[in-house]
Amino acid sequence: MGELRIQGLTAEVAGRQILNGVDLVVKSGEVHAVMGPNGAGKSTLSHVLMGKPGYTVTGGSVTIDGIDLLSLPTYERAKAGLFLAMQYPVEVPGVSLEELLTEALSAQGRDASVVHAAVASEAERIGLATRLLNRPVNVDLSGGEKKRNETMQLAVLRPKFAILDELDSGLDVDALRACSRRVEEATTEFDLGVLAITHYSRLLEELKPDVVHILAQGRIVSSGGPELADELERTGYAEWVEEDAPAAAAVDPFADPFADPFA
Amino acid sequence: MSSPQWLVDRRSAAVHADQFAMPSSEEEVWRYSRVAELDLNDWTPVVDRSEGVPVEAAALLESLGHLAGAVVVRNGAVVASRIDDALAAKGVYVGSLVDGPDAQTSLGVVAEGGPDVFGRLNDANFLDGVLVHVPAGVTVEAPVAIIDWVDLDGAAVYPRLVVRVGADADVRVLDWHGSADIAAFVSPLVELDVDRAGRLSYGNVQLRGPRVWQIASQVSRVLNDGTLNASHAGLGCDYGRMRTDCELLGRGATGNLSAVYFGTGSQTLDFRTFQHHAAPDTNSNLLFKGAVGGQSRSIYTGLIRVEKDARGTNAFQTNRNLKLSDTAWAESVPNLEIETNDVKCSHASTVGPVDEEQVFYLESRGVPTEIAERLIVAGFFDEVLEEFPVAAAVPLIATAIDERLDAGVNS
Repeated sequence: MGELRIQGLTAEVAGRQILNGVDLVVKSGEVHAVMGPNGAGKSTLSHVLMGKPGYTVTGGSVTIDGIDLLSLPTYERAKAGLFLAMQYPVEVPGVSLEELLTEALSAQGRDASVVHAAVASEAERIGLATRLLNRPVNVDLSGGEKKRNETMQLAVLRPKFAILDELDSGLDVDALRACSRRVEEATTEFDLGVLAITHYSRLLEELKPDVVHILAQGRIVSSGGPELADELERTGYAEWVEEDAPAAAAVDPFADPFADPFA
Repeated sequence: MSSPQWLVDRRSAAVHADQFAMPSSEEEVWRYSRVAELDLNDWTPVVDRSEGVPVEAAALLESLGHLAGAVVVRNGAVVASRIDDALAAKGVYVGSLVDGPDAQTSLGVVAEGGPDVFGRLNDANFLDGVLVHVPAGVTVEAPVAIIDWVDLDGAAVYPRLVVRVGADADVRVLDWHGSADIAAFVSPLVELDVDRAGRLSYGNVQLRGPRVWQIASQVSRVLNDGTLNASHAGLGCDYGRMRTDCELLGRGATGNLSAVYFGTGSQTLDFRTFQHHAAPDTNSNLLFKGAVGGQSRSIYTGLIRVEKDARGTNAFQTNRNLKLSDTAWAESVPNLEIETNDVKCSHASTVGPVDEEQVFYLESRGVPTEIAERLIVAGFFDEVLEEFPVAAAVPLIATAIDERLDAGVNS
């Protein structure tokens, strides 16, 4: 039984504190939903966990089975068992999906010869057209195709813990169902622990959360069972948004997925 | 073999013209260049003809697979040439210029005197010259390869190539510039002549040794409905410069120009392009992509010029540069000069490091940073290499790029 443990995590972006002490423990096979209003720090949390440049951790700890993630570069966090399904998957011209997954598995000392077959079978399971597999990573994929692609990579790489950053954003009903169902199956298939970060509860129709947390003002302000998500659906986030909410608005230097990478 | 009298006369006319004052880097087209470091007295023009095919050239030809024709040039002298019998019977010529059809009238038709003093130097000093001639209506299926090899230390070499593609004819040409590890000054002049509805795909790989200085010129003209696809890979040389002048002279003519370049160590790679639209409904599309590592430098300046009566022109120019180290430097200066309203024109230019977002994405999947950057840099060149006119040369270019990445580009 593995464990992703986040304790007292604080972080800032461009000198502004966004996370104010996040505490969370996800065990293998569990699904935890982190819900919250815009600007609560949801994306910051996912980026900080994976080690994205531009964020500064100012306190706290994050471990997987006792391994300190915060001292590791991003690729070693992946090796330790962490996966991030990104809200805005980046296009990487000239790099093929199989190249990416082969290098990823090889670097971890795992058998990369399975990549071709694994991609084919997982793509079929998730409904990602075969013709899309030969394109460079994410290039010219629709929003929905990109999310299927993220989920497909998750299934091929079989991490211990997956952070899903707004997996549901920009997804049509069919794609949402395919992606959330695949992740749900992974929780039993390879005991995947899930931290599903989302604004809306529709992701949670197929992906059944064991615990729902509400993130506001950069900390977990409430935790409960699935009924908490239902309640939020009815009442919205008004209760959790304080007067000074705009101050916590996400200052994400990389927020624009269409920004000129050379700018 | 001695040169015919007309060529001797032509050379001496060029010599007596006394036009060999070196350009100044004050001139816009020589700005940022290293021409001030050049002293022609340091280099000895080749007089004695080299003989025999260098083993490296033979190996290269071998690796290119089936070819319709091939020429090996060594220090400016044609040392071997061959052409498919069936094509020769149709009037296709691949070989030494002076022995080719209409040699005297072919030479200089596109680039009389060249665009600058180095063109005139080439006129005065070139030894043999190579002619590729495809008569009207003939399609040459397999590529033609020219291996231009330099292995004479201290030499000044002036390779000359004329490619003449007749009306509705079609050919692909690979022009490989290689050398032994010697110091030399090389100044090639290439003339590409595409007649009505002719199609020429010309790929030039510059992979000379690290002590070679090369100042090259490629001049092309395309007549009505003709298409030129010219690609360049600029990898070698201490100083490697290429000037490209593409003249779209006939209605409906198309000129697609592309290049990849990769500088390491203390190399300087220098590119000047001119897309000249002189007729209506002409199209040009330019894509130059380069990377600079170490303390290397790259220069790109380009001009799209659209004449008053070149209505309906489409002209695009894109230059993208990856800066792989703090000490590398890339300059990119695109320019437009448009004298008519009925045009679609654009230019774009970027200089920047490897995209941090892309690196993070690959890393988040477990790919180590260094490998992630390598994949991205190699992939950056893909869109140009995919379209490279002679596919068999692409793995060779990719290998040369890999070697540069292996050698380390960060410092």
